[in-house]
Amino acid sequence: MSQARVPAPLMALAGLGLLLFLLPLAGLVVRAPWGQVGQELLAPETATALGLSIFCSVTATAIALVLGIPLALVLSRTTGTLRSVLRALTTLPMVLPPVVGGVALLLAFGRRGLVGAPLYQLFGVQIPFTTTAAVIAETFVAMPFLVIAVEGGLRALDQRYEETARALGASSWKVFARVTLPLLRPAIFSGAVLCWARALGEFGATITFAGNLPGRTQTVPLAVYIALESKPEGAIALSLVLLAVSLAILIGLRDRWLGAP
Amino acid sequence: MIKTVGVLIALVALASCQTYVDTTSPPTLTVFAAASLQPTFDRIAGQAHVDARFNYAGTQTLTVQLTDGAQGDVFASADTTHMTTVQNAGLIAGTPQVFAHNRLEIAVAKGNPKVIHSLADLARNGLVVVLADPSVPAGKYAQQALAKAGVTVKPASLELQVTAVLNKVALGEADAGIVYVSDVSTSAKVDGIAIPDNQNVVADYPIAALKNAQHKGTADAFIRFVLSPDGQSILKAAGFEPA
Repeated sequence: MSQARVPAPLMALAGLGLLLFLLPLAGLVVRAPWGQVGQELLAPETATALGLSIFCSVTATAIALVLGIPLALVLSRTTGTLRSVLRALTTLPMVLPPVVGGVALLLAFGRRGLVGAPLYQLFGVQIPFTTTAAVIAETFVAMPFLVIAVEGGLRALDQRYEETARALGASSWKVFARVTLPLLRPAIFSGAVLCWARALGEFGATITFAGNLPGRTQTVPLAVYIALESKPEGAIALSLVLLAVSLAILIGLRDRWLGAP
Repeated sequence: MIKTVGVLIALVALASCQTYVDTTSPPTLTVFAAASLQPTFDRIAGQAHVDARFNYAGTQTLTVQLTDGAQGDVFASADTTHMTTVQNAGLIAGTPQVFAHNRLEIAVAKGNPKVIHSLADLARNGLVVVLADPSVPAGKYAQQALAKAGVTVKPASLELQVTAVLNKVALGEADAGIVYVSDVSTSAKVDGIAIPDNQNVVADYPIAALKNAQHKGTADAFIRFVLSPDGQSILKAAGFEPA
């Protein structure tokens, strides 16, 4: 069987689209101080920022998995207006400018915020300017990507498997754990990858809600922004490091988990 | 055929962007201005009857944008160092002129609930202090002031522009921050605690027209107005010290 051919005009547009992604990347690669990349990677500030970035983005993805899969399940099982409202609310962080999201997080979890004020007054807990805040900011911005992907997967699911399991007497929890979850694996995986990637690149909500302090809230995107002025070469090197780490993980995981589709 | 249509759509889309930009630019002046000039320069443009578009950001960000080829007419910096960087890149027309000075002040919540009276108080335990990053002029000045006072502060955050420091205090997330006198006087939400002269730092604000300015005449007129008695009195009212 011959492979379906992509019409020439679509090929042309796809090429243009690809170019839009590739040109800025080429800019980075061309301007990169290649001799300096290794040195940059070994600099203690870089290691600190990279470590923090990986910690925050992985934690955010883990939280998104724990909260997002149930949320997607609820979304896929509700109907009508309620679903439209729930969906709109879930996707809000995707359309909200991240800086606005950061302000909203301050108004919720800040020292004078809806939840933050009682937390501060009763327990003396302050969330802004902590690593927790950076994780919350990343989760807030990135979780919708997971929810949308998993909900899509749920709706494409052949419900007869679940029905059969139920008919054979499995409890609703058992159906979820033994049938739904395994069937959802590809959707969960791609959602988690998108979510993680978005969290890794997060800038606006983090700087607004968590601030910028090396070792505590200064993730790689913030470090790059700061370095851009004082040592642009270092900023480019740092961007490349982030890029390489992301690419390596994306490609590596995809092949391992999905058997290279 | 379809290909031509696709290309046409793309061209029309691009062309319409172009027209959109054009209609909004009867001599619109583009001014790259330090974040701390934010409300003041809006007022100056209004008084000078100049239709100006402002790009407000930390001076260090503006410097990167300009040296990387951003198009603008006027550059107003919060220190001479960054102005020199832009000048050394061959982007400045003529000689930059200092049009204002600014000093530092400690911004605290209205009524000063944490009873902060000096830089030394900022070292107190349990106080949330926010500074600008040392790459930002205000952050560099703050470091100098703290060094003069012999105070070591553990900041909760190093913000990317001085207005972000002010906002964190205004929102109540930080107990104190080091900002400019002009920032405090233009904000209704914070009180300022003066820093004595022997610990304070005087910031010089230079302004210059950019070499590749598209509206050279308007750029020069705007700079002349900033330096004129009218412009200087607006700056003074906003807490700046006249040049």
